[in-house]
Amino acid sequence: MSRRRVGHRGVPAAALVPAVLAIAFLVLPLLGLALRSPWARLGEILTTTTVRQSLALSLWTSLVATAVSVLVGVPLAWLLARGRFPGRRVLQAAVTLPLVLPPVVGGVALLGVLGRRGLVGRYLYDWFGTTITFTPTAVVLAQVFVAMPFLVVSVEGALRGADERFDEAAASLGASRWTTMRRVTLPLIAPSLAAGAVLTWARALGEFGATITFAGNFPGRTQTLPLTVYAALESDPDAAITLSLVLLVVCLAVLVVLRGHWLGQVAR
Amino acid sequence: MITSHRPALGAALTAVLALTLAACGQSTAPGSPGTSPGTAPDDALSGELVVLAAASLQDAFDELGAAFHEAHPGVTVTFSYGGSSGLAEQIVAGAPADVFAAASTSTMETAVHGLQDAGVAGADALSPTLFASNSMVLAVPLANEAGVQGLADLERDDVTFAVCEEAVPCGAAAVRVLQAAGVTAAPVTLEKDVTAVLIKVRDDEVDAGIVYVTDLDESVTGIEVPADVNTTTSYPILALPEAPHPETAAAFTDFVLSAEGLAVLASHGFAAP
Repeated sequence: MSRRRVGHRGVPAAALVPAVLAIAFLVLPLLGLALRSPWARLGEILTTTTVRQSLALSLWTSLVATAVSVLVGVPLAWLLARGRFPGRRVLQAAVTLPLVLPPVVGGVALLGVLGRRGLVGRYLYDWFGTTITFTPTAVVLAQVFVAMPFLVVSVEGALRGADERFDEAAASLGASRWTTMRRVTLPLIAPSLAAGAVLTWARALGEFGATITFAGNFPGRTQTLPLTVYAALESDPDAAITLSLVLLVVCLAVLVVLRGHWLGQVAR
Repeated sequence: MITSHRPALGAALTAVLALTLAACGQSTAPGSPGTSPGTAPDDALSGELVVLAAASLQDAFDELGAAFHEAHPGVTVTFSYGGSSGLAEQIVAGAPADVFAAASTSTMETAVHGLQDAGVAGADALSPTLFASNSMVLAVPLANEAGVQGLADLERDDVTFAVCEEAVPCGAAAVRVLQAAGVTAAPVTLEKDVTAVLIKVRDDEVDAGIVYVTDLDESVTGIEVPADVNTTTSYPILALPEAPHPETAAAFTDFVLSAEGLAVLASHGFAAP
């Protein structure tokens, strides 16, 4: 704690003014949302079937999307950070493209590949009679598409920053590559991995554009909380505001809990 | 190396808040503006006229906007098309618009009541005018591999279909049609406006969709909905009380209701109100 206080005193006044402006810009809209929310109706709004369904759907799809992102994103980050092969830079740019792509375009792209007439989707439909669109699977895929780059970018950065001499020391003591990765490197980058996973999860939870385009919108099946908010904006604006707050509170709760964990770990 | 994570964490938290907010964002598709604004010394009307119109009016209103611009070269007409109820919400929230054309009288009432509740000057004396009517049709992909012949086929397990969500007029109309026809099967998706339904059908992602008669074009096949189960929706238009250009707004609504305007609407398949 004492280190932090010293650091705080070191912030020059010239930086404080824009920082306060930034805080106001980021926090005031949230405050406005809280002030406009019809708190008296909170219980009634939260217990409607549509809201309970979309909250549950949002929670499990975003968690699955995060798990999928970690499972395939960490190896990808590894490849990009430590791999030596031609075209690595192009690949790096390509896999982070979803970060800048408008999510609706992402949804259109997913339809182009996995839709019923898509590159891959048409075979799924013709051979197995299944379609991915309009299913919870499509919701998860849309979330993975837009959110995984957050994980890849943060893990790749950590792997670049990590001291490879630890790996070499482990190898010289006879550890296999797999053991080194599991016992040495991954623990070293754990804080970044956790930060990346939380960012990925939060992005997946808030996903809207790719979901409505690729997975459609049906209560209980593909209507996640952001889609419910959007639908409610048309029929019941008060409910929309309350639901936005629920989304914020869920995110905030998780972030605060995890932040406590990190600081406990980091402030050694 | 360890302390360097802290700023990264702060940045991460900020980004998360921003992203969560982005989830609540709403966008309107900008319509096609007329050609560049010119000046006509003999015409008092000038400026940029903003018209919010139901998605189903897009083709007809694009043509009306071009004709209006021709008659009043000083005026540039900008359209924003979307689901009527979303547009009504924007109007009540104070969107700087001049004219509102909705796809149902109930949505127009929502907007008018909202303006009255907000205490907008002149909102008590508003009287929207009906200018067109429309009915529903079953749209199927050109390939129609599912072999959909009519509403009864929507009950088949292997047939998927899309409709608008019930909050927008085309969705409310679709619900009435399905009820009248005794269809109990659920759609696979509730789209936010009629254009979105049409796109899902055109791209063959669903086997059928319920859209307005006027939405039919060469990209899909239309299957008539029998008159005894069909439903008619009326389109009201209103010059908004807070219009930045009240005179131009009145001139535009008059133009839509003129013989010339109604002829353009008829050419796009709209029936008389």
